[in-house]
Amino acid sequence: MITDQALAPAIRVQGIEKSFDELHVLRGVDFDVAAGSIFALLGSNGAGKTTLIRILSTLLKADAGSATVHGVDVAAKPGDVRESISLTGQFAAVDEVLTGRENLVLIARLRHLKNPGAIADDLLARFSLTEAGGRRAATYSGGMRRRLDIAMSLIGSPSIIFLDEPTTGLDPQARIEVWQTVKGLAQGGTTVLLTTQDLDEAEHLADRIAILHQGTIIQNGTLAELKRLLPAAKVEYVEKQPSLEEVFLALVGETDSTSAASAEGESR
Amino acid sequence: MTTHVLGDTGVLTGRSLTHIVRSPDTIITTTITPIALMLLFVYVLGGAIDTGSDESYVDYMLPGILLITIASGVAYTAYRLFLDLQGGIFDRFQSMPIARSSVLWAHVLTSMVANLVSVAIVIGVALIMGFRTGASVAVWLAVAGILVLFTLALTWLAVIAGLSAKTVDGASAFSYPLIFLPFISSAFVPTDSMPAPVAWFAENQPVTSIVNTIRALFAGQPVGSDIWIALAWLVGILVVAYGFAIAIYRRKLN
Repeated sequence: MITDQALAPAIRVQGIEKSFDELHVLRGVDFDVAAGSIFALLGSNGAGKTTLIRILSTLLKADAGSATVHGVDVAAKPGDVRESISLTGQFAAVDEVLTGRENLVLIARLRHLKNPGAIADDLLARFSLTEAGGRRAATYSGGMRRRLDIAMSLIGSPSIIFLDEPTTGLDPQARIEVWQTVKGLAQGGTTVLLTTQDLDEAEHLADRIAILHQGTIIQNGTLAELKRLLPAAKVEYVEKQPSLEEVFLALVGETDSTSAASAEGESR
Repeated sequence: MTTHVLGDTGVLTGRSLTHIVRSPDTIITTTITPIALMLLFVYVLGGAIDTGSDESYVDYMLPGILLITIASGVAYTAYRLFLDLQGGIFDRFQSMPIARSSVLWAHVLTSMVANLVSVAIVIGVALIMGFRTGASVAVWLAVAGILVLFTLALTWLAVIAGLSAKTVDGASAFSYPLIFLPFISSAFVPTDSMPAPVAWFAENQPVTSIVNTIRALFAGQPVGSDIWIALAWLVGILVVAYGFAIAIYRRKLN
């Protein structure tokens, strides 16, 4: 299937087009994502990021062009593609009636894994949700819910993870937790394709950044490459003021994330 | 593509049954309206209704009440399916290597279980109110078979509503006409007491033949041709609704 795993991109998108009635959302999108890297798709609301993620995760068919995941075409062999991917959608797709642990067990069962209970307990511990694991997901805070959502996506160790705006609506601490998780995934060899409209997020996380604008990729490069597109930096002397984020994080302190998270959950 | 259809359906059915166990109000609200109607008709209106037979009124109207129970119960099926679509968990399931049909079948099987529990509760209340039948086990099984078929047909209608609704209210609104249909049938009063055009409608809509069949089975009378008309309606509705539901589901997946 693939002759040279090391050289072949994990994801290859070529000339993808998609319209909804008269609305041309994607007008020929091309990019490659190297295996084990974090690739950020940057774009404003309505740029077509979610449409592209839905095509790559086999939920939507493109009108034209092709997309392959590990060399397998997403339109021709969606069943094979689903074996190697995992989708974390824009809205945390957790079952609110079930407990956190039951959500994880459900996904482990659907992936036909042995010892779903042990897998669930392991992930609860990894995502600081052990204490909250027995509570219904409806009682979780936004950050806990997103952690659970990402934990569900990791079950079965998919080699490619799609994250559609993973930190939208999260508070700064929860956002940093998600960032750490994403970095950890890439260090473990997982390929991460994430969409964001947060420039800061792309800058912090991504090995490569592609800018999706009006249905095409208008720039694609590393952060350094993108920065070179503008005139060289001028040297100015600016008083170093702490950002509000730094102030906020210093004030609320480096509390243990588990107790902070469960306290946050209980207050709801 | 996958050989796990049964296993996946089982796991997903377990999930939605957990929803029902954790919010038993969906069963309670399903049974409250039929029970209230039964109390109203038996203790308030029933005395003035001449059914033209000597059976007790609760015996006469129970079949119609059971159909109303199922018609209001399937609204929750559409509701649960709609919430899965809205919440993104449907997308999660569809992007996983599981049998795609299992997502729908789990909702259908859950609907069957929930509605049969509701029906059992309503029959229990009817027994307290004096409903009696000399029906044998075989006859009970025949009644159960008709009710299962009715639930299945309406559940696939609910799947259409759940898949195509734009709002939560829209998802369950389809059931209102279904709940109303038994009132314009032989369920509560004999059709020959109605004005001619209404009587014509009542006699030729599916509920009347189904009600007449169940009533005759409970009373130990011959079912006549009604059972074949009822089965034709039920199988017809089931096949058409299933076809439409699957077509909408396929289109949604592309």
